[in-house]
Amino acid sequence: MTTATKKIGEGRLLPVTSRLEKLPWWALLIALAAVLIVFSILTSPVYQDAFNFIKEGIVTTIRVTVIAYGLSLIGGLIVGLGRVSKNVVFYNLATFYVEIVRGIPMLVIILYGAFVVVPLSLELINGLGNLMVRLVPLAGFGRALQQIDIQQVDMSGRAIAGLAMGYAAFEAEVFRAGIQSIEKGQMEAARSLGMNYIQAMRYVILPQALRRVLPPLGNDLIAMLKDSSLISVLAVRDITQLGKLYRARSFRSFEAYNTMAFLYLSMTLSLSMLVKFLERKMGHER
Amino acid sequence: MSANPDDIIQIDNVAKSFGKIKALQGVSTTVRRGEVLVIIGPSGSGKSTLLRCINMLERPDSGSIIVDGNSMMHRDTDINIVRAEVGIVFQQFNLFPHLTVIENIMLAQRIVRKRKPEEARQNAEQQLKYVGIPEKAEAFPHELSGGQQQRVAIARALAMNPKIMLFDEPTSALDPEMIKEVLDVMVALAKGGMTMVVVSHEMGFVRAAAHRIVFMDQGRIVEEGVPEEFFKNPREERTRAFLSKIL
Repeated sequence: MTTATKKIGEGRLLPVTSRLEKLPWWALLIALAAVLIVFSILTSPVYQDAFNFIKEGIVTTIRVTVIAYGLSLIGGLIVGLGRVSKNVVFYNLATFYVEIVRGIPMLVIILYGAFVVVPLSLELINGLGNLMVRLVPLAGFGRALQQIDIQQVDMSGRAIAGLAMGYAAFEAEVFRAGIQSIEKGQMEAARSLGMNYIQAMRYVILPQALRRVLPPLGNDLIAMLKDSSLISVLAVRDITQLGKLYRARSFRSFEAYNTMAFLYLSMTLSLSMLVKFLERKMGHER
Repeated sequence: MSANPDDIIQIDNVAKSFGKIKALQGVSTTVRRGEVLVIIGPSGSGKSTLLRCINMLERPDSGSIIVDGNSMMHRDTDINIVRAEVGIVFQQFNLFPHLTVIENIMLAQRIVRKRKPEEARQNAEQQLKYVGIPEKAEAFPHELSGGQQQRVAIARALAMNPKIMLFDEPTSALDPEMIKEVLDVMVALAKGGMTMVVVSHEMGFVRAAAHRIVFMDQGRIVEEGVPEEFFKNPREERTRAFLSKIL
């Protein structure tokens, strides 16, 4: 049989994609916009004015986000452990919390936290103080608790409480998913070696689960940074609040909001690059 | 049932269902100290379930299991203390992937047996030598072959100095050329006098080490006996049919 056999390389070539098509144009556009704004801030007096006014809020935004995020991780881990717990009370309390909080808008949660949960818990603490004053050995500590006053907790503190409450529910679900993604055999192996449930969680399940949930946790940090703008309703002087104030004062909406957006975007984009980097690093380890 | 102190495991009329599936329907047997018991049977016969009931990875619905004098289903029994005395080796190895080989073997020694780091490490190295891979101490599980992983799993269980070792189809997930290295360790362990309950169809192991064979089908023990007798003239028709397929 000597039919004409096709030579290698005779077939039609795949269409060549030009290099231009592959360029990340969106990133270039963002970079361009950023350069424009930075340039404006440096040169235009109006932008300079807006930036100088709003930049005071950066620290507040970051501080509120970081503290609230840390608290939401702690709360989320506890609630998340409840979601996978076989203890009926713990499981149901955790699920109750998650289902309620996830179904309410973050803004409402923040208002609840600031004006309901924080004042009520302070009253509880005062009550506890009253009780302790009567018990002689604890009187000193009790008096200190009695004297805690709602005035001592400023609005940014209340805002942190609200944000942390809301995000704890989301983090709980992240932790739950991470824990449940670990093969059943791991828990069985740990338990069969004589570890109790808590030891098995602590030394075997959680170290593996935490590694897996790092990317979603990073994404939630970014989401929280953005949602922290909601605390401006409590008149906390974060980026958003100061931007609103600046606009109200100068009627320079365009400049005020551009500066705000630029500040948020530069923070979220650098965070998301960090998350991607971590993700890739984790990917190598697997 | 007689309370013979030589009977380290006493299983009495144990039943277990998963939903509608009756995995065990009244199983009774005993294992003596130093005995090597092999459980065989078709898939779904309940042999793995029975094995996992011994250290309460599955909780029986009824019946009683006594391990080394501890009534396993009694509420006063601290299951974790008994489990530390009962090693189990799984089909899927179940090594801890985030820890190195040596850390895998040290972990439970440290937190369950409360051994000091040096002591745990020394013991771990000794167990690794016993299973023939001392050079893999610092490797991670995913860097090892299946046979090596299973040997680490055996070392991890042995490091607790258990009184009993359970094996749940330890070679079923292995490539054929790796089965021998695992079986060799198991045979050595049996020769060393360890009490073992093994779910496996490895006839090489059965011939080399088994003292007694139990044949299970549909959640019941159909027949049991010493290997020579058991293979030469099985009494039950069901046993004969099964053996004709695997031998």
